[in-house]
Amino acid sequence: MNSKIAKAIRDSKAYLCMECGKCTGTCPVSRYNHGYSPRILVNKAIRSGNHDLLKDKNIWACLTCKLCDERCPAAIEYIDLTLTTRLEAKKIGEGALCSHGGAAQSLMRIMTTPELEQKRLDWIDNDLKTTQQGDVLYFVGCMPYFDILFSDIKVNTLQAARASVKILNKLGITPVVLPQERCCGHDLLWSGDMENFEKLARHNIEEITKSGAKRIVFSCPEGYRTFKIDYPRYFGTHFRVEHITETIARAISNGELKMKNLEKVVTFQDPCRLGRHLRIYDEPRKAITSVPGLQLNEMARSRQRAICCGVSAWMSCSTYSKSIQRARLTEAKETGADLFVLSCPKCEIHFQCAMSDEKAGNDTRIETIQLVTLIADALEDG
Amino acid sequence: MRQGDKKSGDSTIMPNSKNTVTQQSRDKTTGFEPKIVAFCCNWCSYPAADGAGVARLQYPTNIKIVRVMCGGRVTPSFVLKAFELGADGVLVATCHFEDCHYMFGARKAADVHKITERLTAMLGIEKERLKLDWISSAEASKFARVAKEFTETIRKLGPSAIKKSPYATDEIIENE
Ligand code: SF4
Ligand code: SF4
Ligand code: SF4
Repeated sequence: MNSKIAKAIRDSKAYLCMECGKCTGTCPVSRYNHGYSPRILVNKAIRSGNHDLLKDKNIWACLTCKLCDERCPAAIEYIDLTLTTRLEAKKIGEGALCSHGGAAQSLMRIMTTPELEQKRLDWIDNDLKTTQQGDVLYFVGCMPYFDILFSDIKVNTLQAARASVKILNKLGITPVVLPQERCCGHDLLWSGDMENFEKLARHNIEEITKSGAKRIVFSCPEGYRTFKIDYPRYFGTHFRVEHITETIARAISNGELKMKNLEKVVTFQDPCRLGRHLRIYDEPRKAITSVPGLQLNEMARSRQRAICCGVSAWMSCSTYSKSIQRARLTEAKETGADLFVLSCPKCEIHFQCAMSDEKAGNDTRIETIQLVTLIADALEDG
Repeated sequence: MRQGDKKSGDSTIMPNSKNTVTQQSRDKTTGFEPKIVAFCCNWCSYPAADGAGVARLQYPTNIKIVRVMCGGRVTPSFVLKAFELGADGVLVATCHFEDCHYMFGARKAADVHKITERLTAMLGIEKERLKLDWISSAEASKFARVAKEFTETIRKLGPSAIKKSPYATDEIIENE
């Protein structure tokens, strides 16, 4: 047996699987794609060694949303096993089917070139204060690229970046924004491309260290997860990292943010990276409920039980993804909310994509807004 | 420019180099043969390239043609992949709007091209490295001219900064 997989089976405790099938029962992919079952993959791993497993196309179908880990009575870390499986499968030339012809992956791999002189700061409006040296850094991520690539479905993820800087400015912080920041590498890592993930990571670590930043603020949950879990475990980094909703929640507790009235009913989507991966459930809710007039109606499946947006790392997007998205949008709509509050650029893109389908019914159409944008809009002037 | 000629590409024999910047870029491009990918549509630009061959019109071998059924099929991923794999320049050639075989394909190609241009600009890829042109099947000589001019433009620019990434498993386009 492949020694890396053997180790992953030990570390993830996959050997404890009792074949109860709760993972498959709860998995949003399995619900629509009946050929996909995490239980079967776990058993393939522990029974037949790796060959069968590494060549199985299903290892690329998982959203790594961690919902099954939440339910597993044996507390198996399925997504960690999946990550190792993918890293090993990539080595023998396997790979996922990439959405959009692999455009996102190409962007990310091109970014591994150290000499690249990107022009990625156009979004910074004149009223926003940013710098190149300082204690606090705002990590933008791939949003500048996404907004161009998905201009046809009218996404505007950069609004969240502007809102984040605006809120930081309001708190008296002028964040560093790096002109030569790279993709954090999250998507390449989860699609098994360790080599390019490492190149991106090393570049970012070097640039951030040069900027003198001690604390990094994220609005993108994937970047946050990558810096909080993956950079330290693979490259030994010690940056202090936080999600903008943590920054906001703390500022609200300290009475530093004053909000005006906003008469709206909203519901909130827990991104899988922010929620189940990092256990941040309360901070976004605290931010929402601190806006006077705003009413939060929870979806039937929220917090630990939240269903993810249907695509991960730009791979394996399919009709199953669309079914997951439609079901989630319907759920959001059923809360009676006027606004669907998101806090991940990918959620915005994938949901927007589902809604831009001409055949999508009105029961799946709901206005979306990023949480940071909502808060920035609700800030008292002055 | 004489640099187009491989044998006389030695920059020291260029008589009029006025400043060091030009000198450097010449040094950098000495012996440099650009790798260029051309996406040509099946109904206009590809037959034009074919016609250039039949008519024995010379155009640089640096151009590697990828035939697509329609220019409208060329998404940003095509162009980005070519750059990722080490192309120094990418040409997208379609029918003229009026005689597009699929009526709207060439227009779609032009729309999508704008998105691709914005992406490559943000990546810091020089805008001269990406070109869209309209070449009908009767314009063999235009194809040869565009191919020559584009190759010279890229030759002057020098090699692309992008390093081929290890997981770009597909065959890289190589000149001998
Ligand atoms: S991580 Fe999510 S998508 Fe993957 S098997 Fe578990 S529940 Fe299904
Ligand atoms: S929920 Fe856990 S124990 Fe049950 S089948 Fe899935 S992995 Fe095995
Ligand atoms: S849901 Fe839409 S935007 Fe997301 S990967 Fe699939 S096709 Fe692309």
